[in-house]
Amino acid sequence: MSLVYAGALSHAPGITGRAHLCENTARRDEFLAALDRQRQDIEDSGAEALIVVAAEHFANFFMNNMPAYCIGIGDTYEGPIEDPEWLRIERTKIPGAPDLATRLTREIMQTVDVAYAEEWKFDHGIMVPLNFLTPKYDLPIIPVNINCQGPPLTPLHRAWVFGEALRRACDSVPEKLALVATGGVSHWPATPDSGKINETWDRQFLGQLTRLEKDKLLSYSDEETYAQAGQGGFEIRTYIAAAVAAGGQGHLQFYTAELPIFAVGVTVMKFDIDTAA
Amino acid sequence: MSLYQLQKFLYVLNRDEAAQRKYHSDIDAFIGEFDLTDEEANALREGDIGLLYVLGVNGQILMHYAALLGIEWFDYLDMMREGIEKHGPVRAGVYTMTGGGASFTEEEKNR
Repeated sequence: MSLVYAGALSHAPGITGRAHLCENTARRDEFLAALDRQRQDIEDSGAEALIVVAAEHFANFFMNNMPAYCIGIGDTYEGPIEDPEWLRIERTKIPGAPDLATRLTREIMQTVDVAYAEEWKFDHGIMVPLNFLTPKYDLPIIPVNINCQGPPLTPLHRAWVFGEALRRACDSVPEKLALVATGGVSHWPATPDSGKINETWDRQFLGQLTRLEKDKLLSYSDEETYAQAGQGGFEIRTYIAAAVAAGGQGHLQFYTAELPIFAVGVTVMKFDIDTAA
Repeated sequence: MSLYQLQKFLYVLNRDEAAQRKYHSDIDAFIGEFDLTDEEANALREGDIGLLYVLGVNGQILMHYAALLGIEWFDYLDMMREGIEKHGPVRAGVYTMTGGGASFTEEEKNR
C-alpha cells in the first residue's frame, strides 16, 4: 500500500486571481484554513510525490489530438501558462518524477490506454492547488489529466475504471504517494454566467461521492450535468477518479456556495484509503 | 464558420510566447496562418471578446486570451454579455445552450 493520502479541492483561477476582490473574507479565510489543513495532511503523510488529477483548460491538449486520459512523465514542468499577474501566481519550474511516473503509467496501461507526455505547461487547474499545497514547489508532481473540456468526453464509468487503475498503479510501487483531484462541482466558468452555483446539485453529488455510491455517481448524463451544473460540472470526472482510487469514506471538509467571486462551489475533501481493497 | 481554426489560433497564442510576439508585431501574418472567415479574422484583429464568444470560442480559451489583452475580469464578463446583445445567441460550440448571463456576485454589483 503506497497511497498515503487522497483528497480533492477546487482550482478556479479566481481563488488566487480575484482573492483581493472577495468581500466575504470570513468565508474565504475558512476556505484558506481548510486548504492549509490539506497541505499539512499531505506533509504529515510522508508522501514522496503528489499526483494531481486535473481537468486542464486547453493549455496542452486541444481538439487536434485530444487524449481522454494523460499522465505526465517529464523531468520538470512550468507554470502558470496564464499571465502571472492575472493569476497572481509567479511563473516557476515544478519538479516532476519521471521514473516513478513511467512505472505508474506502465501499470495503468494494463487496463486503460492512457496517453503520456514529457512536456506539460501547468495552467490554473494545477497551479492554484500547488500554490496552496506545495507552496515551495519542492514536492515532485505527477500531473494527470482527464479531458473535461472538449467533448466528446470520456464516460463516467471509464473515469471510475481510471480511478481503479490509478490505485492499482500506486499500490505497485514502493514510494509513498499522495493524490488530489482538482476540479469543480457546479460552475459556469469563463462565461457570462460565471458566478452561478447550484448548491443543491453540488451537495447531492458530493454526498454521493463521500459514500462512493457507484450507481448514482455513474448515472449523471452530460446533458443533465450541463443543464444543472454547467460546463464546469463535467469536471466531476476527476473527483470520481480520486474517490475510487482511495476507495474509502469521503469527508467534505469545506464547501460553500457563498464565494461566487471564485466562480465555483468551493470544495475541500479528504478520502480515507481503503486498505482492504 | 471555422470554429476549430479560430480556437486553434487562440490556443497557440495563449501558450506560445513566440506566437505572442508575432501576434503583436504582425497580426495579419499570424492570422494568415489559419483558415479563418473575414468575420473571425476581424474579431481577432479587434480583440472583440463579445463576438468571439458568440462565434463559439470556449470560455477557457477566451478567458486566457482576455487576460493576455489585459482585460479586467468584470469587463470580460460585460463584453460577452454585450456580444450576445449585439450579435445574438452563441452560434456553435458547447455554449449554444448557455443563457445571456446575469451578475452572480455582490462584488460585481458593488463595483
